Amino acid sequence: MKKVMMGNHAISHGATLARVQVIAAYPITPQTQVVELLSEIVADGKLKAEYIKVESEHSAMAACIGASSAGARAFTATSSQGLALMHELLHWAAGARLPIVMADINRAMGPPWNIWTDQNDSLSQRDTGWMQFYCQSNQEVLDSVIMAYKVTEKVLMPAMIVLDAFSLSHTYEIVDLPDQAVVDKYLPPFDFKYKLNVNDPHTYGGLTTPEWYMEFRVKMQEAMEQALVEIKKEAVEFEKAFGRRYDPVEPYMVDDADIVLVTSGTAASTARFAVDQMRKKGKKVGNLRMRLLRPFPFADVREHLKNAKKVIVVDRNISYGYHGIWAQEVKSALYGHSKVPVFNFIAGLGGRDIFPETFVDIVNKVKKLKKPDQELYWVEVKQ
Amino acid sequence: MKPTLPLEELMSPGHLACQGCGAGIAMRVSLKALGRDTMFTFPACCWTVIDGPFPYSCLEVPLLHMAFEATAATAAGIKAAMNALGKDKTTICGWAGDGGTFDIGLQALSGAAERNDDIFYFCYDNEAYMNTGIQRSGATPYGAWTTTTPVKHFKKELKKSIDDIVAAHKVPYQATASVAYPEDLYKKLVKAKDIRGFKFIHIIAPCPPGWKARPEDTVKLARLAVQTGIFPVYEVDGGKYVQTMKTPTRKPVLDYLKLQGRFKHLKENEVADIQKMVDTRYAELEKRFQG
Repeated sequence: MKKVMMGNHAISHGATLARVQVIAAYPITPQTQVVELLSEIVADGKLKAEYIKVESEHSAMAACIGASSAGARAFTATSSQGLALMHELLHWAAGARLPIVMADINRAMGPPWNIWTDQNDSLSQRDTGWMQFYCQSNQEVLDSVIMAYKVTEKVLMPAMIVLDAFSLSHTYEIVDLPDQAVVDKYLPPFDFKYKLNVNDPHTYGGLTTPEWYMEFRVKMQEAMEQALVEIKKEAVEFEKAFGRRYDPVEPYMVDDADIVLVTSGTAASTARFAVDQMRKKGKKVGNLRMRLLRPFPFADVREHLKNAKKVIVVDRNISYGYHGIWAQEVKSALYGHSKVPVFNFIAGLGGRDIFPETFVDIVNKVKKLKKPDQELYWVEVKQ
Repeated sequence: MKPTLPLEELMSPGHLACQGCGAGIAMRVSLKALGRDTMFTFPACCWTVIDGPFPYSCLEVPLLHMAFEATAATAAGIKAAMNALGKDKTTICGWAGDGGTFDIGLQALSGAAERNDDIFYFCYDNEAYMNTGIQRSGATPYGAWTTTTPVKHFKKELKKSIDDIVAAHKVPYQATASVAYPEDLYKKLVKAKDIRGFKFIHIIAPCPPGWKARPEDTVKLARLAVQTGIFPVYEVDGGKYVQTMKTPTRKPVLDYLKLQGRFKHLKENEVADIQKMVDTRYAELEKRFQG
C-alpha cells in the first residue's frame, strides 16, 4: 500500500512492521514524530509492544539493553544531544552483543543550539560497535529498519538507521508500506539464544580480566565482518521479498566518470541531480553514495572508485583538527590500492542547504586542481 | 529448632566479598525471599566484583551487569520484555550500592518510581564509594572520614534522605532494613513480591574496610544503627509508615560511632551534634509512625 508520509513516520511504520516488542524513547526535536506515532500505534493495540516513556535518552538505551537481554526485540529513536547522552550505553549495547535497532535523526550538536541536520552526532559514535546505515529516502528508512533487525539478530550487533533532520525526517514522500505477511515471512520472530533465563541462569557482562577481555573484542570484530557479508546477502533477499535493493554503497554513473562525488544521506540525491546536469554538458562526473559506515565496505569503495581520476568527498560533518569523517574513511580504503587524489569539501553543517549548484561549483574548482592543495575546502562560508 | 528462614541458598560460597561484608548478607537473605524466578541487574558497585570474575558467578539467578547510572531503567526494560514475552510473574530486581542510587543513578531511579514500573529496586547502603576505595557519596553521614573527606575535612554534609525522596514519588511499597535483622528483611520482601509496581528496599550494609571496623562487628553495627535510631527500620506500605523494628529506648549514637575508625576523629561536641541530628530525624519519623 502506497502512502505519503514523513521520514519520521516511515521509521514508526518500519518498527511496527518489524513487530518490535519493547520501545523505550525520550523526545527530542527532530525525532518526536517517530515516538508520537509509535505511542499511538501501541496504545491503539495495533502493535503488541511495551512502551516505556523514559526520563532520558540514557535510560532509553538502558531499557533497550535490559529488554533485549531478556529476549525482546527492542527499539528506540533519538537525535543529536540525545545520541551523545547515550554514548556510554552504545558501547554497552554492542559489547553485550544485543541486536537493538535505533533510528538517529542527524542533527547538529550544540553549542550553539541548532536543530537542523549534520552528521557529527552519529559519526561521533563511529567506534561504538554499531552498524550505521545512512538513508536518502523515506522508503529506504522504512525498509532499513526491517532489514536491520534481520542482520542484527543474525550477528548480534546493534544497528543505527540514520537520516537527515528535516530534509528527510520532515519531508513527505511516497512510501510503499509492505504487507505485514511479507514482512513476517522475511523477518522471523526474535529468538535469542543468550537471553536472561531463570531456568538456565547466567551472568552477562561481569568483570573480565586481561586474560579474556581481548577475546570478547575479537568476536565483536568478527561479528561486524560477518555483518558485511549478511548485509550484502540481505540486499538480495530483501529485493526478492520487496522488490527494492539496498547495497552498502550506491554507485551512480561512476564507471566512466573522471570525477566521482562521494556523498551520504540526502545530499546524495542532490548530487545525482547535479551529476545529471553536468553530464548533459559533457562532464564525466559520477556519484558514489555511502549507505554503510560500519561495517565499512572497503572492497565496494575501492571497486567503484577504481576508474576515477579524482575523488571528491563532500562531508556534512567535521573532525576538528582533521577533516571530514567520510573523507577519512574513503582515503583509508583507497590507501595502498589507488593513487587517485581525494579532495575533501565540508558543506551543509547545521542544516545549511546543499544545492545542485554547490556540487557544480565544487566540481569546477576541483577541475582546476591536479591534487588537493589544502586538507579540506569549506563550501560557501561567510568570511 | 525451627529455622526462621528457608535453608535453600541461591548465593554460593566462593564469592569475592571482603570479610564481614554487609552487602553479601543482604544478597543472601534477599534471595531466600525472592527465590529462583528472579532476575537481577547490577550497576557498577561492590557486587560487580563480589559476584565473581568471568566466567564465574556466585548467584543461581540470571544477572545482567550494567553501567553505573542505569539500574532502574535497565530493570524496567527487562520487566517490559518479560511482559511482552508473557512471563510477567518473574521478579525483576535492580541491585545497586549507595553511589549508584543516591548519586549517579538517582535520575533513572526517579523515572522508574514515577512510572511505577513493576520492579524491585534494592539499595545496599555502605555509605560511600567502597568499591573504588572509600570516596564520599551522598549517602555518607555527617562526620565520617572517607578518602575524599579526610580527617581534617571530614564530611560536613548530612546523609541524603533517599527514603524521603522515593516516598515523594508515592510508590506502592518501600522499606528500610538492616542486615542484622534478616527475618525482618525476608518478611518485607515476601510481602512486597505480591505488590505490583515500584518497590524500593534500602538496606544498611556495614563495610568493615570502609568503616574501619572489625569484620566480626558487622552485624553488631547493623544492629546498633537501628538501636541508636541512626537507621530506623520501617516500611511504607501504600503510604502508611510502620516501624517494623521498634526502638523504645534508643542507645546513644556513641555506642555505634566508637566501633568505627571513620568516626574516631570526632570530638565530644561533634558527637553531641550527631546525637541531636539523629534525635531530630527520629522524632520526625516517629510522627509518621504514629500516623
